[in-house]
Amino acid sequence: MRPIPIRRLLAVLVATTLLAAACAEDGEESAAAADCEVGQTDGDLNLYNWAEYIDPDLVDAFAAEHGIEMTVDVYDSNEAMQPIISAGNSGYDLIVPSDYMVAILIAGEDIQLLNKDAIPNIANISADFSDLVYDPAGDYSVPYQWGTTGLAVDTAVVGTDFPRSWSIVFDPSFADQYAGRISLLNDPRETLGAALKYLGYSLNTTDTGELEEAKELVSEARGRVAAFDTDQADELLTTGETAIAHGYSGDMFTQFLETDDPSRYVYFVPEEGGTRWIDNMAIPHDAPNPCTAHTFINWILDAENGAALSNYNYYSTPNAAALDGLEQELLDFVADPAVIPGGVGSLEEIQDTGDFEINYTDAFIEAVG
Amino acid sequence: MMGATARPGSVTAWALSGTAWLVYAFFYAPIVLLVLFSFSDDRNVGRWGGVTLSWYEQFIDHSQLQNSLWVSIRVALLSTVISVVLGTLAALALERFRFRGQRVFDALLYLPIIIPDVTMAVMMLLFFSEGIRIAELLFGLDLTKGFTTITISHIAFNISFVSVVVRARLSGMNEQLEEAALDLYANRWRSFRYVTLPQIAPGIAGGALLALTLSLDDVVVTQFASGPGSTTLPVFVFGMIRRGVTPLINAVSVIMLAASIALVILSLATQRLRAGETGWSLGGRLRRRSD
Amino acid sequence: MTLTAVPPPSGPGPGGAGAALLEATPEFERAAARADSRRGFLLSLPAYVYLLLFFAIPFGIVVIYSVATRNTIGGTDLAGWNLDSYRRLAEPIVRDILFRSLWIAVLTTLICLVVAYPFSYFIATRTPTVRNIMLVFVMIPFWTNFLVRNYAWRVILGSDGPFAAVTEALGLGRQEILFTHSAVILGLVYGFLPFMVLPLYAAIERIDGSLIEAGRDLYASGAQTFRRVLLPLSMPGVLAGSILVFVPSLGAYVTPQILGGGKSTMLGSYIVVQFLTARNWPLGASLSFVLMTVMLTATLIYFRAGGRNL
Repeated sequence: MRPIPIRRLLAVLVATTLLAAACAEDGEESAAAADCEVGQTDGDLNLYNWAEYIDPDLVDAFAAEHGIEMTVDVYDSNEAMQPIISAGNSGYDLIVPSDYMVAILIAGEDIQLLNKDAIPNIANISADFSDLVYDPAGDYSVPYQWGTTGLAVDTAVVGTDFPRSWSIVFDPSFADQYAGRISLLNDPRETLGAALKYLGYSLNTTDTGELEEAKELVSEARGRVAAFDTDQADELLTTGETAIAHGYSGDMFTQFLETDDPSRYVYFVPEEGGTRWIDNMAIPHDAPNPCTAHTFINWILDAENGAALSNYNYYSTPNAAALDGLEQELLDFVADPAVIPGGVGSLEEIQDTGDFEINYTDAFIEAVG
Repeated sequence: MMGATARPGSVTAWALSGTAWLVYAFFYAPIVLLVLFSFSDDRNVGRWGGVTLSWYEQFIDHSQLQNSLWVSIRVALLSTVISVVLGTLAALALERFRFRGQRVFDALLYLPIIIPDVTMAVMMLLFFSEGIRIAELLFGLDLTKGFTTITISHIAFNISFVSVVVRARLSGMNEQLEEAALDLYANRWRSFRYVTLPQIAPGIAGGALLALTLSLDDVVVTQFASGPGSTTLPVFVFGMIRRGVTPLINAVSVIMLAASIALVILSLATQRLRAGETGWSLGGRLRRRSD
Repeated sequence: MTLTAVPPPSGPGPGGAGAALLEATPEFERAAARADSRRGFLLSLPAYVYLLLFFAIPFGIVVIYSVATRNTIGGTDLAGWNLDSYRRLAEPIVRDILFRSLWIAVLTTLICLVVAYPFSYFIATRTPTVRNIMLVFVMIPFWTNFLVRNYAWRVILGSDGPFAAVTEALGLGRQEILFTHSAVILGLVYGFLPFMVLPLYAAIERIDGSLIEAGRDLYASGAQTFRRVLLPLSMPGVLAGSILVFVPSLGAYVTPQILGGGKSTMLGSYIVVQFLTARNWPLGASLSFVLMTVMLTATLIYFRAGGRNL
């Protein structure tokens, strides 16, 4: 045997691949919503979700109630989940993308139209979550949980008398005394967004000058930042490694409750404003069992199940009917006006800025070094 | 071969064994901490919360975690066995023979070591998704990503790591012995089986250990090659980092540690039982012949 | 057993025993060479086919993506290929990241080599049973979870951690190195040390002990014996080990994040950011392609040069 036949074989293989790939492009599915009825199941359910975002008991309850198997796999970022769904044949029936990612998935035709007739509980969604910028009519996605991004402070170190402002990380006259004990998120949009908010701009700006200013600010803050960390920000704070941490509401809140003295820590969205993020349920375009997925969406939007969901993951619920079932601790936190001193109006959702995303990433890497 | 004859001066010997113990201390320092915190009653590794066994209890109840551990172990073992065979053959071919296409093969074999793992992850994702689409189109097959695609990807990088280690062993190894054996047995297979294989066994064992470790640790490639229900342990743990990796994972690690140490002890015991007839590793066997 | 001169790794070896038996006439020689070529090819065939199918073809996709364009939603448009993403690699930010990654990876490799060499030598000079046990106990820590190991280091190096206490006790002052380059290098050395130990062990173990003795008689000094006998004979292990440590250090991104606080972007992190944050796959692909071309060339030259020095 000589190497040549292999090369020929390879050529044939490649040609076949390309040909088949070309054919596959034509086989797009139609854009109609799945023909499902309320409570209908058409097979097992494969949920692709963030970790610890759903109570295993809820999973078991749904599976038992509908006589199906339910599998939950987890991902750690929208950007890791999106290509897996977008490439096709992922095998998942339901995913939980964040706001801006929903817009990207819609544009990429990666998620399918929802059949709202099969989700009557959609009426339970609070009016605050209608007319969302990433999916205005809610045709493709239903809110799952929501939260904010802000700052958490260890009052044992910083005291209680500090401005509820981004200045505590960006203004040297205040922040320098905590040099080496501050963490910012390792996320271009969130961290540059915080700087943009501090400067009084929109966190969705596509103005190069504004972005440049924000970059300078983050770059200058780098010297006093212990770490740019998304995953461990809450733990660094409560283990005493940092005193001021940029992070997500639910993470911080659960983390505080883990400590002996939760009142020692404060979480707030600075008065200049911050991020409101919404995670949503959506069905991939090639979901094997779309009807079971619809049934699950409807089931989780039920008042009782929605409350159970929040009581497990400690994020805020968009489900108005579920509010009565929330634990008191969680309600106190959600309802505390001090958490959002600038009011809900000061919050913005991160939107995909298209080609400008590259500028955000580059600016962040340049600022971080 | 290197044996008891190679004893340097006593000062050097002392320094060497001192270094060895220091290196072991370095290897096991985080492990001690890891074991300790698997008994800590606090969600955070690093904050002591009193002694508890609750993380072990959680593991017993956690079917998803057990499932992912099981997937990990199966993928690791299967991909190690296959890549050890393919990688050793490749190493032999490259070190012992000259053949057409050798240079291309040599280069190709280094690529999986050099490729950044996220790049490999992305390319495997695109390859498998496209492959499944083609299989469906051409043959009407209904395939999904899962255990098989993960194993295929792991073999794809492990072959290279195995062959590099085996080649480090083979390169410059005495071939006269093989030739003599060939005269003696006049059979390539027997000469390979009784001379070459025993000689390269330490390299194969090293390659296998490396492959096993790489497979047990891989996150990104696995994540992109997996499908519903085929999450491996590292992918599962990686997903946890947003909400915090709890001592539950320490507990799983301790269980794996205990299991591997138990396996080592078991194989040593088996070796004793066989009264030194055959080695616990291939390496032990031939050394007795050639020492 | 005796040791003959060491041929270069991929150089023209005598090619098995067939050649030795049949070297009477040129025809026989040619026939033997052909048979040899066939055997070598057949031996490589399984891995060859496997890698072509499951590595080369997927890699072709990466190469195609590297000349594609990122569209507005972060997808990749394959039509209208161009070299824009390659042009971006000339930007100063890429150069800075490259230099930083290079020195960190070089330092990591050197430290691994210095630590692993005496260690591997020690293992290789034990009795067969002991060395097997020692080797397995090198690997066992690495069968725990990768992230958990990194977190354990974070606790050790943290401000109230054991590391600071130990350095203080040793009179070196309280060294709080978490979130510095030192911590990153320490973490990388920890993670990749076994990659150095395994090939070094495999290479040292096969060296004939009597050669060392002879060397000691000849050179009298241990250092000279090491330099003139041991090191050259173990060179294949040194080369393989340094590649196995250097390359993954360059691509590391989890350890720099956890122990370095994500403050200094390394090449591995930069590539991850392109794929998974900016969703700029063409840039990620072209970066990988250039990196791999450079590394492959360097690796091949390194092995050739190393082989000649033997």
